[in-house]
Amino acid sequence: MSEFFAMGGYAWYVWGSYGVTFFLILMELILLIRRGKQGEKQA
Amino acid sequence: MRWFWYASPQTFFPLAGTIARWCGVAAVLLMIVGLTIGFFVAPTDAQQGEAYRIIFIHVPAAWMSMFLYVVMACWAAVGLALNTRLSGMMAAAIAPTGALFTFIALWTGALWGRPTWGTYWVWGDPRLMSELILLFLYFGFMALHAAIEDPRRADRAAGLLAVVGVVNIPIIYYSVQWWNTLHQGASVSLTSAPKMAATMLTGMLVMAVAFWMYSIAAAMLRVRCIIRERGDASRS
Repeated sequence: MSEFFAMGGYAWYVWGSYGVTFFLILMELILLIRRGKQGEKQA
Repeated sequence: MRWFWYASPQTFFPLAGTIARWCGVAAVLLMIVGLTIGFFVAPTDAQQGEAYRIIFIHVPAAWMSMFLYVVMACWAAVGLALNTRLSGMMAAAIAPTGALFTFIALWTGALWGRPTWGTYWVWGDPRLMSELILLFLYFGFMALHAAIEDPRRADRAAGLLAVVGVVNIPIIYYSVQWWNTLHQGASVSLTSAPKMAATMLTGMLVMAVAFWMYSIAAAMLRVRCIIRERGDASRS
């Protein structure tokens, strides 16, 4: 298991890529859902 | 299909919600499959070790960054030519997701460049510069759109910027052939056999379709917000 997370010494590069990617995708979704709810209230 | 029926924002509003739901489900499922292949099925690369696994998000994100720009510019062009209301809304709905994938392509590229090229970033490298310009084009589109209060005028002004900026797309794509760059050439093309193992290619293509589905879902969610904010959803 720890071998998997070590990524052969490339952990920062691999997990840094995947982490930021999925963080940003999640952020976009949260912002979109929040914006949708705000619009619903005003409509 | 009654295409012109759906060209009006009111009638498109519920359809966009349905599309967003199904594409969202497809995106999640495909990402699970793609990441499973990417991390557990695809073998370790002989030269790059595990660092190459960045490919499963880097290449699909870079494809999406260019593809979404072309789609956005097409909607903008339709809006400019036919003066249809929904077109400008679609262009505006795509831009932030396009910018997101452009940033992801640049970020993952930097993190991949460090272990393979020995550097995160090279100023002046044609592939890196043209992709950075793409990010600025998305930002320019969004800033211009936000700066103009009347939404129809904002659609037209930002749409013109989007259409002009499309010249950057072939520059990004062919930059690896036209100039000297650290970036490698295309690993996948329609005219030659792919230069990678079959499982690596499968994982990459599944992730590309997943990002595609995600982009459609995000754009549809956003276009619903835009339709509602402009007060065009009242009859639905």
